[in-house]
Amino acid sequence: MAAGVGLSAGFGQFVRPAAAEQLAKEQKQILVIWLAGGASQLETWDPKPKTETGGPFRAIETSVPGIQICELLPRTALQMHRLALVRGINTNENDHGKGHYLMHTGRPQAPGVQYPHLGSLAAKFLANGSEPLPGYIHITPGGGGLGGSEAAFLGPKYGALYLGNGQPPGNTARDGATSEAADVARHDLRRHVNDRFANRRRTAETEAYTTTYEQALQLMKRREVFDVTKEPVRDQERYGSHNFGRHCLLARRLLEAGATFVQVSHSNYDTHNENFAFHLEQLGEFDQGFATLIDDLAQRGRLERTLVIVMSEFGRTPQINSLYGRDHWGTAWSVAMAGCGLKAGTVVGKTNPKGTEVIDRQVGGGHLFHTYLKAVGLDPMNDFQVDGRSIRIADPAATPITELLA
Amino acid sequence: MTAADPTKTYVAKDLAHNSPLIACRFDPKGRFVFATAEDQSIQRWDLESGTKTPLVAHDSWVHALAGSPDGQTLLSGGCDGRLIWWPTASEKPAPIRTLDVHRGWVRDVVISRDGTMAASCGNDLMVRLWSLADGQLIQELPGHGKQVYRIAFDPTGRYLVSADLQGVVVQWEIATRKEARRLDAAKLYSYNAGQEVDYGGVRDLSFSADGAYLACSGLIEASNPLGAVSNPAIVLFDWATGKEKLLQRPKEDIKGVGWGVRFHPAGFEVAVSGGTSGGFFWFFKTEQVNEFFKFALPNTGRDMDLHPDGIRLAAAHHDGHLRIYAMAPKPAG
Repeated sequence: MAAGVGLSAGFGQFVRPAAAEQLAKEQKQILVIWLAGGASQLETWDPKPKTETGGPFRAIETSVPGIQICELLPRTALQMHRLALVRGINTNENDHGKGHYLMHTGRPQAPGVQYPHLGSLAAKFLANGSEPLPGYIHITPGGGGLGGSEAAFLGPKYGALYLGNGQPPGNTARDGATSEAADVARHDLRRHVNDRFANRRRTAETEAYTTTYEQALQLMKRREVFDVTKEPVRDQERYGSHNFGRHCLLARRLLEAGATFVQVSHSNYDTHNENFAFHLEQLGEFDQGFATLIDDLAQRGRLERTLVIVMSEFGRTPQINSLYGRDHWGTAWSVAMAGCGLKAGTVVGKTNPKGTEVIDRQVGGGHLFHTYLKAVGLDPMNDFQVDGRSIRIADPAATPITELLA
Repeated sequence: MTAADPTKTYVAKDLAHNSPLIACRFDPKGRFVFATAEDQSIQRWDLESGTKTPLVAHDSWVHALAGSPDGQTLLSGGCDGRLIWWPTASEKPAPIRTLDVHRGWVRDVVISRDGTMAASCGNDLMVRLWSLADGQLIQELPGHGKQVYRIAFDPTGRYLVSADLQGVVVQWEIATRKEARRLDAAKLYSYNAGQEVDYGGVRDLSFSADGAYLACSGLIEASNPLGAVSNPAIVLFDWATGKEKLLQRPKEDIKGVGWGVRFHPAGFEVAVSGGTSGGFFWFFKTEQVNEFFKFALPNTGRDMDLHPDGIRLAAAHHDGHLRIYAMAPKPAG
């Protein structure tokens, strides 16, 4: 089964009846903060000060008594009562590409098989079809993108729209030489021809083309939704003048405009060299943008319906190398979550005093994926129908982290 | 004083600790050598007896050490933002004074040649002057836009220089406590747009004894900062004009960072580098771009110092060893 091959997956019984009713009342949204390269758990959610692996940074108290995080996250510490930490992750994966795939799909990468990203699932099953924005929006520092392959068998219309450096999608302003009337006429012609073609040769790809055109027209009408300068100056200052701050503010703006799934990538945490100096720099930006965004979502009443996930490909080695660096480490690391009814102010899982292994409640990428789906009211144990085959939506070998679910 | 001969450099003493070392300094009187470690301790070795004594009080790693010219006081500056006064030679050293001096890491501390004043710098972009006698803040010197990595008093004692992550070198006049001028060592800095990181900066400073030159060590050609792909280098300034005289670098493609540099009284520079190519001492003449001699270290180098005798060098190594090197013929046997 390759990406985009065959029919779009059937919805089937994916949404529980009770949840479907709830979804109809209130759309769930998902925000992923992707710390590209693999952020260090020791410099974020699971500090080990005064140990040989601890590095130079200290642990600080948070708004939840008894829970400490790294001193590089002072603003985030004040939001701890809204966060949940999973400190017992063992994905056993130290490769960037495979770690990226695992954390986005909840399954280990295997030859010839491709599963949809969380964002594509959200675009298909959380969006109700009336949203003016694409279901899966990814704000990146540069550009990038996976060419629609994020959606796998769901079909390319559930792929991601990439906003490189937070800029609006290209060519979303009408060419000045084309009048509005001419524009309407040419789109009417396109629809007419397209409908004739689709009546006989409808495929996932032709459906995606149609959707893309219609979404583009919607986007052209609402281009300002991508413009963070329309936000109050005070808010722009609160989020910070750096790219990540602007991108977090853009994420808030997009979620408030009805986006179903927004991912913000922050680069780069692949600190084989001078881990501490680079984390100091990167996490300074992260702390400001992320903590402000969590506070705003909570203050505006959106956190109850928005699942927030902070994750990477993997963590970083407890062992500090000769370059003051930390290397790839999928054996014992952490993810932070918030919102959508998750038990806030909670820590699940524990690593040993040096952070070298998980000693309590070990979980993998599959468990996390089940938890995300449950949190937004989707049943991870239901099946897709793809080319006549039943495929379980989440890894059948894993289960949700029930301690996090309300 | 016996003349140093860099080409004869050898390992004269191997002082072992059980944690990777970070920084090192000789006591100005030449009796001790101090090193800081990833276990948050400072270790003192008596150079004659080899006796090791711990100085434990910081709540984090220590990057900054400085001894007073009279040999009485050692200052240490930690990543806990604290400056601690220690009795240099005490049998069981305990802090005399502890001050919170910077928000975030203290990156460097130096003591003036007359022993009256200390200066510190840190990640909070600040340089601060302190009374060595009582720890009173004398002056705060704002002006850097990035973390301030290193500071040094000039040989006349009239000026202090501070240098930061972006290679901005600020010359401060002590008497007026005003900025006198800026020197540009930006060749040691780069912003990597792909990785979205600032990298480089002035990792060490040293004035020549006659005050003619200021050497700033660091790195160039950082094509992959997160992967440690860079080359050690020195920006050598003509101090009178404030202009760059030379960009000095190893002849070969040796990867690493120029973590430390010292001007020898005889007029040549010694630098230490560490990185993926291993550790080296580099010996440069002020007229030449490339080294006239290099010495491969047994382990990657992280910091260095020059003993007052002009013969011995110390290097702090990741393998937990503080090695004392002698720039002299190795004694027979």
